[in-house]
Amino acid sequence: MSRRSRSTSGRLPLALLVPALLGLAFLLVPLIGLLAKAPWSTLPQRLFSTDVWQALKLSLLCATAATAVCLVLGVPLAWLLARGELPGRSVMRAFVTVPLVLPPVVGGVALLLVLGRRGLIGQHLYQWFGISLPFTTAGVVVAEAFVAMPFLVISVEGALRAADPRYEEAAATLGAGRWMTFRRVTLPSIVPGIVAGTVLCWARALGEFGATITFAGNFPGRTTTMPLAVYLALETDPDVAVVLSLVLLFVSVVVLASLRDRWISGMR
Amino acid sequence: MFRRTAIVAAAVVAALTLAGCGGSAASSSSSSGTPTLSGDITVFAAASLTGTFTRLGKDFEAAHPGVKVNFNFAGSSALAKQIDEGAPADVFASAAPKNMDEVTDKNAPTTFVKNTLEIAVPKGNPGNITGIKDFADKTKKIALCAVQVPCGAAADKVFKAVGITAEPDSLEQDVKAALTKVSLGEVDAALVYKTDVLSAKDKVEGIEFPEASKAVNEYPIATLSRAPNPAGARAFVDYVLSDKGKTVLTAAGFDAP
Repeated sequence: MSRRSRSTSGRLPLALLVPALLGLAFLLVPLIGLLAKAPWSTLPQRLFSTDVWQALKLSLLCATAATAVCLVLGVPLAWLLARGELPGRSVMRAFVTVPLVLPPVVGGVALLLVLGRRGLIGQHLYQWFGISLPFTTAGVVVAEAFVAMPFLVISVEGALRAADPRYEEAAATLGAGRWMTFRRVTLPSIVPGIVAGTVLCWARALGEFGATITFAGNFPGRTTTMPLAVYLALETDPDVAVVLSLVLLFVSVVVLASLRDRWISGMR
Repeated sequence: MFRRTAIVAAAVVAALTLAGCGGSAASSSSSSGTPTLSGDITVFAAASLTGTFTRLGKDFEAAHPGVKVNFNFAGSSALAKQIDEGAPADVFASAAPKNMDEVTDKNAPTTFVKNTLEIAVPKGNPGNITGIKDFADKTKKIALCAVQVPCGAAADKVFKAVGITAEPDSLEQDVKAALTKVSLGEVDAALVYKTDVLSAKDKVEGIEFPEASKAVNEYPIATLSRAPNPAGARAFVDYVLSDKGKTVLTAAGFDAP
C-alpha cells in the first residue's frame, strides 16, 4: 500500500508539487525561527524550573479534559446535524462554527457574561450551589472546550455524511433501534473521523489562549496553562517564552505523531 | 479584468510613493526653520493613552491644517520592540521608563504625566472592600496585573511597602483585563490605575489609598531620531507638554509630573 504510493510520487505534477512544498515551508519556517532563536546553552536549567512543569501538566490535563467534554457532547451533536431530521439544521450548523470565527477573547467575555459570578446562568450556580467557574481549573476546561468543540463536531459530521447510510438502514430492518444502530453500526464506521476530530480538538485546546485568560484568568498551578505562561514570559524575558513554546511544540508533536499511527490504522 | 486591477494597483503604488516623497520633502523644509507643519505624524503610544491622545491628536490637527496625526496604540513593550525593529514612528509615549529605555534611537525623553494606582471595586462594592489590606484576605476575589507587566510591578511595590502578601485569584495580562474582571463583577477588587477607574466610572468605583504614592508610574515621551517627520514630532511632543495638553491629561485622571 505504502510502497505503491511511493512509486507514483515520481509522476507528481509540478503544478501541485511546487505549491505543496511552498505551503510546507510556510508552516515550518516560523518553527525554524524559534529553534534558531532558542537559548540552547541555558536551555536545561530553564527547562527544569517547577513553573514550566506546572504549566505543562496543567495544559495537558485541561486539554485532555476539554477534549473529553467535546467528545461526550460533540459526537451526539454531530450526529444530530448529520442524521436528525430537524428544521433549521443549516442554522444550527452555522451556530456550531461561531466559536471558530469569534475572536477567542470575545468568546471568553461571552462565557463570563453567561457563566460568570454575575452571569445569566452563573449567578444561579453561585447563589444556589456556591459554584463559581472563573479563576478555576474547571473554568479553563470550559473555555478550551468552547473554542475546540467545533473542530470535533465538523470532522465527525463530515465523516457521518460520508458514511454509507445503507448499513444503518440494514440494521434497522433487522430490528435494531436507533440507539443500538448508533452504537453498533454508525459509531464504528466513523472512528477515523472521530479520531481526526479528537486530534484537532485536543491540539486547539492545548494552544488556547484568549478565551482561557479572559474567562479563567491566570494563576500559577490553577489556570496558568503553557500559552498563558508564554505570553507573560514574552513581556519580560523572550528567551523563556521561546523555551516554553518549544516545550509545548515538542509535547504536542509527540502526542499527535503517536496518535497519527492509530488514526492511519483506523483509516484502513 | 486582471489587467485593469494591475493598472489600478500600479497607480495606487505610484500615488503612495509620491505621497511619501511629498511628506519627507515637506518635513525637511519645515525642519529648516519654518514653523508651518505638514505631512503625517506617526505617534506610538501606550494603550492607556488611547482616549487622551486621540483627543489631543484631533486638537493638534485642528490647530495645524494639513497635518494628519496617526496613532499606534499598544502595550509599551510591544511598541518598543516595533520601534527597534524599524517601525517608521515619529514619537513614542511609553507607560513606563523601562520600555522607553529599550528604544535606542531616540532623543532625550521627558516625563509628561504620572499615573497612580487605585483600588477598583464593582459598583456598590459588593465585596465590602475598605482598603489595601483587603488584598491579603483569601476570602475576597482579587485580580491583579501579572508582575511582568507595569501595573503588576507597581502593585508588587505597594504590597511590599504596606507589608502584606496579596492573595490574588488571577494575575491578568494587562490593566484593562483586570478592569474588565471588576466591571463584570467577577472579582471583589483589583488594583488598577486612577485613569482606568475614571474610564469605567459607570461600572466601577475607586478607592484611594495612601500607600499608592510608593509606586507612582511615570510616563516618558520622546521624539525618535529616525523620525520620518522630525519637525512634526517635535511639535506634537511640545503640544502634549503644553498647558492644553496637561488639561486634557489631568481631566482623564493623570497627575502632572
